[in-house]
Amino acid sequence: MDLLKQLSEALQQGDHQRVAELTRQAIDQQVPAESILDDGLLAGMNVIGERFRRHEIFLPEVLMAAKAMYSGLELLKPLLIKGGIPSQGKVVIGSVQGDLHDIGKNLVGIMLTGAGFEVIDLGNDVAPERFVETAIAEEAPVIGMSALLTTTMSVMKQVVELTRERGLSERVKIIVGGAPVSAQFANEIGADAHGFDAANAVDRVKMLVGRV
Amino acid sequence: MEPLLDRLQGGRTMIGDGAWGTQLMERGLSAGQCPESFNLETPEALAEIAQQYLDAGAEILTTNTFGGSPLKLRDYGLDSETERVNRLAVEALRAVAGERAYISGSVGPTGKLLEPYGDTSRDEIYAAFERQIDALANAGADLICVETMIDLGEATAAIQAAKNVAPELPVVAAMTFDPTPRGFFTVMGVDIPAAVAGLLREGADVVGSNCGNGSETMVEVARGFKQCTDRPLIIQSNAGLPENRAGQVVYPETPEIMARRVEQLIELGVAIVGGCCGTTPDHIRAFRRCVNGRA
Repeated sequence: MDLLKQLSEALQQGDHQRVAELTRQAIDQQVPAESILDDGLLAGMNVIGERFRRHEIFLPEVLMAAKAMYSGLELLKPLLIKGGIPSQGKVVIGSVQGDLHDIGKNLVGIMLTGAGFEVIDLGNDVAPERFVETAIAEEAPVIGMSALLTTTMSVMKQVVELTRERGLSERVKIIVGGAPVSAQFANEIGADAHGFDAANAVDRVKMLVGRV
Repeated sequence: MEPLLDRLQGGRTMIGDGAWGTQLMERGLSAGQCPESFNLETPEALAEIAQQYLDAGAEILTTNTFGGSPLKLRDYGLDSETERVNRLAVEALRAVAGERAYISGSVGPTGKLLEPYGDTSRDEIYAAFERQIDALANAGADLICVETMIDLGEATAAIQAAKNVAPELPVVAAMTFDPTPRGFFTVMGVDIPAAVAGLLREGADVVGSNCGNGSETMVEVARGFKQCTDRPLIIQSNAGLPENRAGQVVYPETPEIMARRVEQLIELGVAIVGGCCGTTPDHIRAFRRCVNGRA
């Protein structure tokens, strides 16, 4: 079987050791880093994302696949940086201030990375200023916020207002998500998009940066 | 007090209490604050909520210890207070209810993900539950309620901890399901048959579901459980899914709407019916009337 296909399958099985091994082999065989990434790792994550979207697999399988993806990415990174391969764009993500839940946010980060975006994950309990300042410093066109609590979802509005105050509404788009966050809520607070699940969030981010 | 399991043998649906988190928010719980800090600082708020649920007709009162495992309390730097957080929660309720209601020691998820997909070992999660449940049992809880679980590994670790440190206490175990085109699954991919089998194998005495859904969907979940087991069931729905109305978070289902679904749950023979997020003493009063109306 083709080496990159094997790589994709090992990733889908969540076998991080095998993924590292195959990535190393591909690098040794002078396969271009971009191909290893696109046709191996991201191709595998794409299948995982699709199966997750169809509810055929769930969070554990996605997390295992992500672990495998990162083990390959680690090896590729030095080569990718050298080659200066452009990513789909940067996205700053985090769970909002007061919210310590990060499973959903991590999942979105995995899916975005899997779709070729460069993800800057600020973790959980992130203050509004930090979202905005990071987006400015990193020149990221998208901020993604997650909240799992009804008590914390109102923080999202502060971030929207902060980007407006700083005159960034054109340059920085905001997407929100999380169990209690509805499309209606996103609309009311003036967010640019709502992701109803991790896969949908990736589609929306692609739309926000004009990739689809 | 009549042992809970004997009481459930009687076949008459028992009414639990409603939400605690949303009640605490009305009493000043702010975003980012540890809900269990109320146990240490303002136990009178717990007493007030418990009294309201008791007056509404709840036969089971839930301790404010959902996040009372040391692993979860650690997020707020309160893990060294684990024993006090759990003890004070039981004591506040006992002082209100005496022997008029069962005190149910709430045990929620640690918020950590188990190895290999996460970074926390089962031993660590088990030890956290053991410490919390030991404190709840020592303070005199009448049962342990493992709830809002999405991972069967974590749920069974909690049940096992309860059976080891407090073998005399009945264990209720409830998981949270999402409707998908392929049926009900937890976030971690556990379907209802797998939940029933796994929870019962570990020794749960009552199984079922709480949170995540409004009452209409929960009737479907209850049917799913009923198809898998004749053991006593617990169902605690949210008052619908939260909506944002002019900056206020609102749970849309009124006591009347939910009471109609409670009728269906009673028809199905669900052993314990209570409420989860967004339910209030008024909801519980309406549930009580459903049961009393049949007496």
